[in-house]
Amino acid sequence: MKIGVLVSEGPYTHQASDSAYNFVKAALEKGHEIYRVFFYHDGVNNATRFTEPPRDDRNIVNRWSELGKQYNLDMVVCIAAAQRRGIMDENEAKRQGKSGDNIAEGFRISGLGQLVEAGIQCDRLVTFGD
Amino acid sequence: MLHIVNKSPFERNTLESCLRLATKGSAVLLTEDAVYAATTGSAAEGKIKAAMADLKIYALSPDLQARGMAGRVMDGVNLVDYGGFVDLVTEHSNCQSWL
Repeated sequence: MKIGVLVSEGPYTHQASDSAYNFVKAALEKGHEIYRVFFYHDGVNNATRFTEPPRDDRNIVNRWSELGKQYNLDMVVCIAAAQRRGIMDENEAKRQGKSGDNIAEGFRISGLGQLVEAGIQCDRLVTFGD
Repeated sequence: MLHIVNKSPFERNTLESCLRLATKGSAVLLTEDAVYAATTGSAAEGKIKAAMADLKIYALSPDLQARGMAGRVMDGVNLVDYGGFVDLVTEHSNCQSWL
């Protein structure tokens, strides 16, 4: 089955990002297709490669990147939410005149249309948030 | 329809809203802090028991275990792991997260 996932909570906030990750992993292991994971509102903070949690803690950002790489996931960050929170890719950093970018591997910045499209294309859309 | 609730009934009123509006035959999955609603002896016990007449109640087992509540689950609550969560999503025609 084709499943879309919306994450609207940041990492290390409550549990939504962890729940979403575990759900996506379980769905993939069951052979379902994860059409897209869309990061919205504070969820965009899951996409900064500058996080450095203590060594005995899970690295939520790297975990998404690794899962994304393993399953070739489409992990999309909302551009407006990202700009508000300082999440930039190379293009955005250049366009906004910032000194560098911070987007983590496997994520891409795009518009809210990508969430709408996922809602249309997917059999199910599951929301994880706060 | 699958309803997903992720906050404790002592923190938010999302469980209450969900139980009020869910139609007969729907399923409710309690995850994260909402699993407290699935335990015995809490103030939410009566609400869940009453809801069981019309709704199927599920709770996410790893979240119960993480909170030390696995031994206090009410009778009639069905436990699922993340794989079971995925199955619930695919078995129901749509799902709603109460945020």
